[in-house]
Amino acid sequence: MGFEPYHDRMQITVNGIPRDAPVESTVSTLLDLLELTGRPCAVEVNREIVRKADHQDHRLAENDVIEVVSLVGGG
Amino acid sequence: MTITADLAIPSLRIGRFHLRSRLVTGTGKYPDAQTMQSALLESGCDAVTVAVRRERLVNAEGRSLLDDLDLDRLTILPNTAGCFTAEDAVRVARLGRELLDQLDNPGKHWVKLEVLGDQTTLLPDPVGTLEACRELVADGFDVLCYSSDDPIMAARLRDAGATSVMPAGSPIGSGRGISNPAAIRIILELLKDPAHGGDPDYPVIVDAGVGTPSDITIAMELGADGVLLNTGIAHAKNPVAMARAMRLACDAGWLGFRAGRIPKRLYATASSPWEGVISHIPGE
Repeated sequence: MGFEPYHDRMQITVNGIPRDAPVESTVSTLLDLLELTGRPCAVEVNREIVRKADHQDHRLAENDVIEVVSLVGGG
Repeated sequence: MTITADLAIPSLRIGRFHLRSRLVTGTGKYPDAQTMQSALLESGCDAVTVAVRRERLVNAEGRSLLDDLDLDRLTILPNTAGCFTAEDAVRVARLGRELLDQLDNPGKHWVKLEVLGDQTTLLPDPVGTLEACRELVADGFDVLCYSSDDPIMAARLRDAGATSVMPAGSPIGSGRGISNPAAIRIILELLKDPAHGGDPDYPVIVDAGVGTPSDITIAMELGADGVLLNTGIAHAKNPVAMARAMRLACDAGWLGFRAGRIPKRLYATASSPWEGVISHIPGE
């Protein structure tokens, strides 16, 4: 139907920006949504690092605060 | 007796790392990727600093810094720049380690720790730096500590397990060179001179404030083991030429310090012999 009821979505915050994501999303799902799959990036959920090996299994929950970081030029 | 010299400059040992180059350069503020790559090559560095930042989720460019660095050749040294608390610096250090672990780069084992006091001076917060240093050492990092040029603080960081103490020559990006050479000398004596309880192999790297090649030479002539810089190269009119100049200045200072300089004198001493002069010497 192309219609997703509200209760199938959850609110999360990614890099300081509130957004929604399908309930049951994992870190991998989120990186897919962000089009970051395959790019090196480190992920923190509620201030705890989720190692890359755990991205597929780590389920996100309502109100999770997520940081997705990479490396940039610096001194 | 003829004096010979071994002119080979030995590698710099920092914890579990051996660097061929005593210059460590940053990767920030270059006009473009190609200039950065050429400058990094000319600098001769085999370790470069990088920063950990949020992925840009809107208008993300396809290109990443990592596409422009030769990761097979370079050891990446992640920094905690932009952190104002020990807690944030520890978080950022761990995120950097996670990234470098994914890249299988040896840089996952070390961090350039910066805990800053404020945005204007970018001077280190000594209390936060010490606290974060302890925590990161306990977590298995080789911690390279950006510090002020305060000798007692440098000793405290060394005692807390810092793998290297990196006193600032002058504030980050200021280009003012070595503001207080006496303080750097005292740090070098406290940390490296056995007469002061130091260890000659303990690496002290002058970090920040380098504006011109002679600043590096001065640091190395004081006895520093290496120099870390970014803006002095990246913001030069010609970063590639400046990178080469900085590399030569580093070698010059290292050799100059070990070659043993002449003492400074108030009066002149002639280089040509007095004996056999045919001229009239006033007063004789």
